[in-house]
Amino acid sequence: MPSSTRPPDVVTRQRTVRRRQSLRGLAFASPFLVGFAIFIAWPVAASARYSFTDFNLFQPPHFVGLANYRQMLHDDVFWKSLTNTLYLTVIGVPVGLVLSLGGALILNRPVRGQPLFRALVYLPTIVPIVVSGYLWRWLLNPQYGYIDELLRLLHLPQPLWLDNPAWGKPAILLVTLWTVGGMTVIFLAALRNVPKDLYEAAAIDGAGPIARFWHVTWPMISPVTLFQVIVSTIAYLQVFTQPYLLAQTRLNTSSGGPENSMLSYSMYLFQNAFVYLKMGYASAMAWVLFLVTMAVTALILLNAKRWVHDGSH
Amino acid sequence: MAPTDLQVPPAPAPAEAIERKRTKVPVVAWLKIGGRWSARRLAVLLLALLFAFPFLVMLSSAFKNAADIFHAPPQLLPQHWTLGNFREAFRQIPIWRYFGNTLFVCGLNVLGTLISCPLVAYALSKIRWRGQMPMLMIVLGTMMLPPQVTLIPIYLLWNHVGATDSYVPLVVPAFLGTPFLIFMLRQFLMSVPNELIEAARIDGSSELRTYWSIVLPLARPALATAAVFQFVWTWTDFLNPLIYLNDTSKYTLSIGLYNFFSENGVEWGPLMAACVMFTLPAFIVFLLGQRYFVEGIATSGLK
Repeated sequence: MPSSTRPPDVVTRQRTVRRRQSLRGLAFASPFLVGFAIFIAWPVAASARYSFTDFNLFQPPHFVGLANYRQMLHDDVFWKSLTNTLYLTVIGVPVGLVLSLGGALILNRPVRGQPLFRALVYLPTIVPIVVSGYLWRWLLNPQYGYIDELLRLLHLPQPLWLDNPAWGKPAILLVTLWTVGGMTVIFLAALRNVPKDLYEAAAIDGAGPIARFWHVTWPMISPVTLFQVIVSTIAYLQVFTQPYLLAQTRLNTSSGGPENSMLSYSMYLFQNAFVYLKMGYASAMAWVLFLVTMAVTALILLNAKRWVHDGSH
Repeated sequence: MAPTDLQVPPAPAPAEAIERKRTKVPVVAWLKIGGRWSARRLAVLLLALLFAFPFLVMLSSAFKNAADIFHAPPQLLPQHWTLGNFREAFRQIPIWRYFGNTLFVCGLNVLGTLISCPLVAYALSKIRWRGQMPMLMIVLGTMMLPPQVTLIPIYLLWNHVGATDSYVPLVVPAFLGTPFLIFMLRQFLMSVPNELIEAARIDGSSELRTYWSIVLPLARPALATAAVFQFVWTWTDFLNPLIYLNDTSKYTLSIGLYNFFSENGVEWGPLMAACVMFTLPAFIVFLLGQRYFVEGIATSGLK
């Protein structure tokens, strides 16, 4: 230890300085420390405990072991909501990725009025979800709506959308994909960061636009792509408000669309907690969602090694 | 950069310069600058139209009378322009009251974020202490936790202290820091040179004074971003007001609209008019802070 060779008063002074620094750090971080304790640490522990209990708000929770988890295995609505959510994720994530990257590539060219177009593409993401839910219900109205009218003009079939169990989920995807602008903006920033000399070198090697995309753009932005895949996967696994508003029928708080075709996992969780007051079961569902999210994220990360470049060329 | 940018020869430069002189170019002329229709411009325009179309429908429906709204096939523009939907919306929904409630909640949330997040971000970037790395890990870990896990215990907690059906559950968390915004501000503060802060410390300035008079003024753009983020999130929030507010007089706009819709069935005209009024403030805040906002998403998304 080098400090042992120094005079003792220097050592103690160092120690008090370090302690004072720690106190300063703690003081400045204290809002978050308090917030973390109250709104994260304690709720996580409590939720884990509730998940092993039968709890309806009016009586104290009583321990039931794994009953809640076992009940899920036999709950058809649970499985329905899970498959609905996986359907949305498996289609929504890749389609959203292609749309946002495509949009970013289009917007990345030096076009007059680019900031305006960027803002236009981004605007849907800041529309209150309640507004976008009702707006899309109006757009998808089979009789007076614009989407079916557009399809009619194109001589395509006009589905009943929200009234048809097969078309509820595509309708949810339409509403969520409308807000793909957030991803587009992140991709735009990533495209700006690709060094220009790489393209010049590729052009000298005779690479065409498509080759340059696959050999320069795609690998260079792959860390950002990975980030977007993970974030949007998590968002789809947790999707709540869009299907909740699209499936809503008058004053029926537990509507899941025709044949529960629009019931997402989080909607069913919400119903169990706040409509049926099955707080224990809902807590167990939350933990299963957490585990599924972790598992899916881990799978994506393991798979990522094959296509993500870490920047060491 | 898009691959084809390289192919742009230096020749079009003068054309671009001329183009820039004209302040307003009609769409058609804009599309065929350089004498030919440009596929790139067409693609950009189509993309923008695709995203803007629902807005156009919302606007035009808000100014249509009932006969125009329930007209099959639907028409893009109203036959008879009317303000009746707005009048009707104000009559049926206490919009001013909901506006006030929402602004109140938003204002307190922005205030809370501006007080708490930079403090924590400062501890995570500019104070050298042993807890820095563990704290940063906790902030990042918190960002990944699904809100569903904590939703029920937090509700029970507020229920226990009798704070449901009040704004307390909607406001207090912002004063204790939002992980995403803490992280964003921390990334910004990392780029502030240490010399300035060290100099102030050597001059005997207290930590709080250094923070207040040197760091905060430097962080103004990042603070603006955080404020815009928090405002838009709170303005558009649906789930929290849905869970916590019962008394109709306390409703925020999202939950007020939701209630209007579920109790009265569908009156598309007034609903669209209310939607327009509800969306406008978020747009205005976004356009005012656009420069900061979009940069903020880009940088915090990347790093």
